[in-house]
Order: sequence, then C-alpha cells, then structure tokens
Amino acid sequence: MSKIPASVSWRSKDDIASRAWTGKKREYDLFKELTVGVIVVGVLVVGLSAVFSSPDEPSVTLKSWATAAPADFVATATAELGGTSGTAGYGAPYNNTPDVGQKLGPINLQSLSGVQIPIDTAVDFVTGPLSLQANPPQALSTWTAAATDQRASWTSAYTDALTKAPNNDPTQVAVGDYGPVPALTSSLLAMAQQGALDGAIQGEGGFFNLDYTRSILFLGDGAYFVGLADGAHLTGDQWGMMNETGNYPGQSWLWLFSFWYQVPVVGGAANADILVVGIMLLLTVLLGLVPFIPGLRTIPRWIPIHRLVWKDYYKRR
Amino acid sequence: MNASGSIDEHTESEVLHTWTGKTRQWLVKRLPADKLLPEGQPSYVSSWIYVFGMGAIASLIYIIASGVVLSLNGPTWYHVSGLGHFVNSSHLWSVELFFIFMVVHLWGKYWMSAWRGGRVLTWITGVISFAVSIVAAFTGYLLQTNFDSQWIAFEAKDALNAVGIGAWFNVANLGQIFMWHIVLLPLAVGVIVALHVVLVRARGVVPPLEAASSDTQLTTPDEVSVGTLTEGSVR
Repeated sequence: MSKIPASVSWRSKDDIASRAWTGKKREYDLFKELTVGVIVVGVLVVGLSAVFSSPDEPSVTLKSWATAAPADFVATATAELGGTSGTAGYGAPYNNTPDVGQKLGPINLQSLSGVQIPIDTAVDFVTGPLSLQANPPQALSTWTAAATDQRASWTSAYTDALTKAPNNDPTQVAVGDYGPVPALTSSLLAMAQQGALDGAIQGEGGFFNLDYTRSILFLGDGAYFVGLADGAHLTGDQWGMMNETGNYPGQSWLWLFSFWYQVPVVGGAANADILVVGIMLLLTVLLGLVPFIPGLRTIPRWIPIHRLVWKDYYKRR
Repeated sequence: MNASGSIDEHTESEVLHTWTGKTRQWLVKRLPADKLLPEGQPSYVSSWIYVFGMGAIASLIYIIASGVVLSLNGPTWYHVSGLGHFVNSSHLWSVELFFIFMVVHLWGKYWMSAWRGGRVLTWITGVISFAVSIVAAFTGYLLQTNFDSQWIAFEAKDALNAVGIGAWFNVANLGQIFMWHIVLLPLAVGVIVALHVVLVRARGVVPPLEAASSDTQLTTPDEVSVGTLTEGSVR
C-alpha cells in the first residue's frame, strides 16, 4: 500500500483520479447490464407486489365520523361555530389570527403568505352547509341575527356543558342558555350521518373541486380522526409521516425528518416545524457539498471501507 | 463546409463559428460515442457495489411504467380494480427498491470518495436526484386517496405552512399534488438522473483511492482487446 496519504480532493489535477485510465481494462456491456438489471428488478417488483400487496385503508368521511363518534362530531362542530377549533385559530393561509404562526427569530414566515385559502369555520363547516338543506333549521336565523359576543357566549357555555355531560353525550347535556347552538349542531350531525355534509362542504369549491383542504381540516379538528391515526402509529410522536397503515415500510427515507421531532429540544420547541425543515435543508445542502468540506470528505480515507470495494485491485497491484 | 455545402469530417478540428457547430464540437469532445456507450471499463470496476446505481435506474423504469398506468386510469382506479391494486403495489415496491438501491449507491460512492478527480458535479447531481426523489415520493403518498393520504396531508400541512409555502404547495389539494407528482417532479428526477448518468459516462468511474502509478495494473500492457478503451482525458 502507498505510504502517501491518498488525495480526497474534488479538484481535477494531474493525478490518477483525474487522468483517463491507461491501465488494465475489462470487458463491459452496458446494455447487457441494464437488461439484466431490469429483469432482476422486475422479478423483485412482481414478487414483492404479489406477496405483500399494498395498504389501502379506506378514507374517513364526515359521515363515518358522525356515525362512529357523534359526541366528538358535535363538540367539534361547536368549536367551529365558536371559532375555537384548531382551524379557526390557525392563521395563514386560512384566516387572520393575530399572534399565531411559528417564527424564525423575529420573522413570522407563516403570516408572510397571507390568507390564500380563506376559511371561516362557522360559515364553511356549519352554517353554510345547513343553509343548503331543503328545510334549514330555524335556529340558523337566530344564530345569524345574534351579535358576535352572544354567539361566543352560547358556544362557550355549550362546550362546557358537553365536557361535563356523561360520555360528552349531547343528549345528556344539562339545561342551560346555549341559544341555537344545540339545534345547529344536532342538525349538522343529522346531515353528516345522512352523508349530505361531505358533498356540501366539498361542493363549496364549485362543481369541479379537487381541493380537499376544508374537509381534511374539519376532520383534523376532531379527536376521532387523530385517534385513528394514533391507533395506526401515524402521529408525530410515533415517527409520523414515515409510517403508513399496516405492516409496510412506508417512507422510511423520511426517518431523519421524523427523528428531529423526537428530539425534545427540537420537537418541543414553539417553532419545531421551522427548525426541522431548516435542519433538513441544511443537512441536504451539506450532503451535496461533502466534497468541499474538510473532515467530512476525509472520513473515507480514515475508515478505509474502500479496501473492501477494491479488494481485487489492491490484491493484484 | 466544403464546396458542395456539406459538412466536412475534418471541420471538427477546425474553429467553428456557428452556435450549433460549437455546441456539437463541445459535446463530441467531452462525450465521444465510445464514452457514452462503452464496451469496456477499467479493471477496478469489479465489485457488487457497482450494480446498485443500475438497480436504481431499473427501478425508476418500473416506477415510471406503473405510474403511467395508474395516472391514465385516475387516482381512485386502484380502489376498485384488482389489476389496479396490483399495479399500485408494483408502483409502491419499485419505489421502495429505488430508494434502497439509491441509498446503498450513495453510501458506496461516499466511501469511495467518488467525487475525486473532477467528478464533483456527478456527486452533486446524485444528491439532488435523491432529494427530489424524496419530494416526488412524498407527493405520491398524498395521492393514494385513502386514509394514509388524508392523514399525511393533515400532518404535513403544518411544516409547509410554517415556512410559508403551504398555500402554493397545498398538500390537501389533490389537483395540485397530482400535477406535481405526475408531471413536474418526475420530469425533474428524469432530467437530473439523465444528467448524472451522462456525467458518469463522460468522466469515467473513479479509480481506487490508493491507486498508485507503480501499480502492476497501470504499468503492464492491457490483456483484453477492447476497441473502445482508448478514452480521452477526463474532464
């Protein structure tokens, strides 16, 4: 072996790595290797597909949610009405909510985009769909005529009452001044259980609508949808997006992305998403620039795994 | 040009004045036919690690083929068709294999310091293709039109909104994501991978890290007679 440390420089210069190879050659058939590769990979793909198939857990609908967890549905609808749900207070790009959004130092990147996909949860998720019914509930006009403070008072009182009711059951709520809220939410529940709410919310975008933002945000405001994800090991504290339903490898290449959310100092930070995205962008750039970074580019010389790769060459040198 | 107006073979060594001629001259000098489609390789190109790059390309062929079938039938076809479900499965598993091969290839090239001797662009295009492939795969998971895609859209929106791009890369907008997944990102992956392969062919496979000019394999005459082995200088 050479006593002179091998160069790991990326630069083209007058050395063996930079010059055309003038030593021994071996026959090589590019198209033959490609053909063999395609056949072998084809066998693997067909074999894996035949044996393991692929997951396809049916979508959750507003109907299935309202049917399986009516109490959660009513509690969520009340929060949408009162503007206290996750979506209602999300901020950009869905609505204007002061002092929300993650910051990078003094810069609130989230708010910079502005409200590009406007969502008023009370109107878009509750009163709007109810008004589409052939016989809208009477409570709708009471709600529409009421002042903002009065609406907030009703929804707040009803939310508290639902929390205290046995099993959060809307039918067992104590008597109180909830205004039209119980009537509105029970009408919405019935509409959802009949399957009419899915189409009503999705139809808010017009006849042709491929944007499922409203439906998914409404689902996500409730506990039912999150509970299903938790049961399928898909939530953020369970390595989130790199998993998929069933025993499948999922997006295992996102492991480092998910990893940072498990690190308390990062995942627990108020601006965790910005930190994780920033770290991953930085690491990706660093990976691309490895040839320029002293130390990182030198590791292959310090840990000579290349001697395994080129063992035949070194043996016959 | 000769008197008859046709391009003379000898003009390649002359100073050309047209953009087309200059471009051809530049391309032919850096990537002559025997480099683009070689029939031989240096003796050190002899290890299992070299098959993983080709494995990734073979997987990409299956990804594109199965993806074309899926997209022509629409994103919900595979829910109601046995054939569709099988094609969806083959799309999934070719993606899984693609990433396995690509990661092994990447690590192999790292431990070989494959950026040496003016090959840094080959390394960088490889890393870019890896990063763009991750985004492409992510959009594929959003297109499953099932519970997985619902949840991934709900969870992923926060990171994209936090950095201010969620309105334009809206993970819950099926139409938008469909366009990213079947047009823009595959095009990007295809172009970058093609560029990566061309760079590999143009600059050759990096020699062993500890190769020395006194090595027998460099000092003794070549035993194999392969017509395409007289390569130009590596640029």
